[in-house]
Amino acid sequence: MDNRLIFEKSDEGRKSNYVKKPAIELKEPGQILPANLLREALPLPSLGELEVVRHYTNLSKLNFSLDTNFYPLGSCTMKYNPKINEELSSLEGFLNIHPFQSEACLSGALELIYNLEALLSEITGMKRFSFQASSGAQGELTGMLMIRKYHKVMKNKKRKVIVPDSSHGTNPATSSMCGYETVVVESNPDGLIDLDKLSKVVDGETAAIMLTNPNTLGLFEENILEVADIIHKNGGLLYYDGANFNALLGITTPRLMGFDVIHLNLHKTFSTPHGCGGPGAGAVGVVDRLTDFLPAPVIDKKKDKFYFNYKIKHSIGKVRAFYGNFSVLVRAYVYLLRLGREGLLRVSQNAVLNANYIREKLKNDYNVASNKPSMHEVVFSCTRQKEKGVPALDIAKRLIDYGMHPPTMYFPLIVKEALMVEPTETESRKTLDYFIDCMLKINREIEQNAQTLHDAPHTTPVKRVDEVRAARNPDLRWRFSAK
Amino acid sequence: MSILKFSKTHEWAKIDNNTAVIGISDYAQHSLGDIVFIEVPKVKDKVKAGSQFGTIESTKAASELYSPLSGEVIEINKDLINNPQWVNESPLERGWMIKIKIENNSEVNNLLDEAAYKDFVAKESH
Repeated sequence: MDNRLIFEKSDEGRKSNYVKKPAIELKEPGQILPANLLREALPLPSLGELEVVRHYTNLSKLNFSLDTNFYPLGSCTMKYNPKINEELSSLEGFLNIHPFQSEACLSGALELIYNLEALLSEITGMKRFSFQASSGAQGELTGMLMIRKYHKVMKNKKRKVIVPDSSHGTNPATSSMCGYETVVVESNPDGLIDLDKLSKVVDGETAAIMLTNPNTLGLFEENILEVADIIHKNGGLLYYDGANFNALLGITTPRLMGFDVIHLNLHKTFSTPHGCGGPGAGAVGVVDRLTDFLPAPVIDKKKDKFYFNYKIKHSIGKVRAFYGNFSVLVRAYVYLLRLGREGLLRVSQNAVLNANYIREKLKNDYNVASNKPSMHEVVFSCTRQKEKGVPALDIAKRLIDYGMHPPTMYFPLIVKEALMVEPTETESRKTLDYFIDCMLKINREIEQNAQTLHDAPHTTPVKRVDEVRAARNPDLRWRFSAK
Repeated sequence: MSILKFSKTHEWAKIDNNTAVIGISDYAQHSLGDIVFIEVPKVKDKVKAGSQFGTIESTKAASELYSPLSGEVIEINKDLINNPQWVNESPLERGWMIKIKIENNSEVNNLLDEAAYKDFVAKESH
């Protein structure tokens, strides 16, 4: 395979007119910008159209995606993104609008966001949503900035934020970004929040607790109401990290569990493109008492007219240009309308069923991290395999040979040799059975030929990458000066 | 002569009168895997027994470093920052992280000696 970058393939003088000519007349940059803002031409590669097509087609063939393979990456909810989402978000009227158009011209788009907000409010019990944040992590930061501002306006002296030791890494990171001290609470042996330990660290200076429910072990925090009580009694707020919301659609709401601020990853639960295939959307929802803190603007309606409402009393301001990734919102809206109330309930029921099916079929060969029932994902602890010299990493890499994306490894951090499997509701029983068969086969391979596992994957153009070198000496960009 | 003590969070302290050199145990470096990044406090910063004094990152995860003892940082292993692999290669020697002036000698009693730490690790890995 030709591994060269497109820059390295450049052939001076080769070119094509494959960029479509715009319908309007273009001005030269010098006619619009002052001389000091002009730059010289970039040394972009020169290639013919065919060479460019081949370059990217070949690259795309190397891509491992949900459209090509089973992708049970835990906590990531890699569910299928129905193609109708793409079709409808590519409608001319959505595709060719510009945020600088007048509100009157944008009313269809504004109405869609308004309606999406109403649906998500019903699903979560939240009062209002903001769709500006364009990732889960940005949604978290937005939510926690609101909590910070809330305490400031209420003149509450708050200093710390609590996270369980099973939390996503973004939770303590967000807390630190907001200037809070992060206090980690150890989980109990079942992998749930330890109420006694929690009570000991919560006091009047507690700004919030950040929780995922189901948590990262795929377990429902069954004491969530007691947790909410402890936090609220001390004047703190509950932040819900929506990463695992796929387990709860139509079953319960973050509001019923006592949460005050939440984010939903539309690119997880609501079937919009995920990961590097993004862009993402971290919708942030709040209960009544926090609506005055939302990022401005929100979309409101006055006499059948939709408009950007900037009058939000204690708004934390904007968190992103314009209004987030609009076309992602179209996809989520299509998804909700197609499924409806009954469909969404079945999404979660099947997501939970699929995870538990895998758990039951594998539990004799791989240790399960907790005895508590699993929700939408199951965490295995490959300690028995590790004792025989095969760590979770080798098992994960070997799955690639069998045509599957590895599950999440070594997370949550409190589980040794963790493999976190989230099949999602969109996989058939046949696919689940194939995954189960391969996991059992790999377990037998440990006895038969462990070296095959140490050397896996065997079928990919790139074998094991040198993660250590990549982390210690990252080489992240092409340098023009290399010539 | 210095004495070697361990914490249940897998840090060690080499105690010499009222100073201590601090790093992580061989068991800890082994569990973490290849270390790629280390963040430690500055000289004159205060560290507190049982509290976080830094961060260590491997290809698997980022973890907190907890100080076995309270005191003031009097020296840091500057060369280690650019050579994090030393933690893997030589956790108890070249992989040392900070040196502190011990604030409260009685805290030393809360730490484990080498034999007790070995027992603790044996239990924890099962």
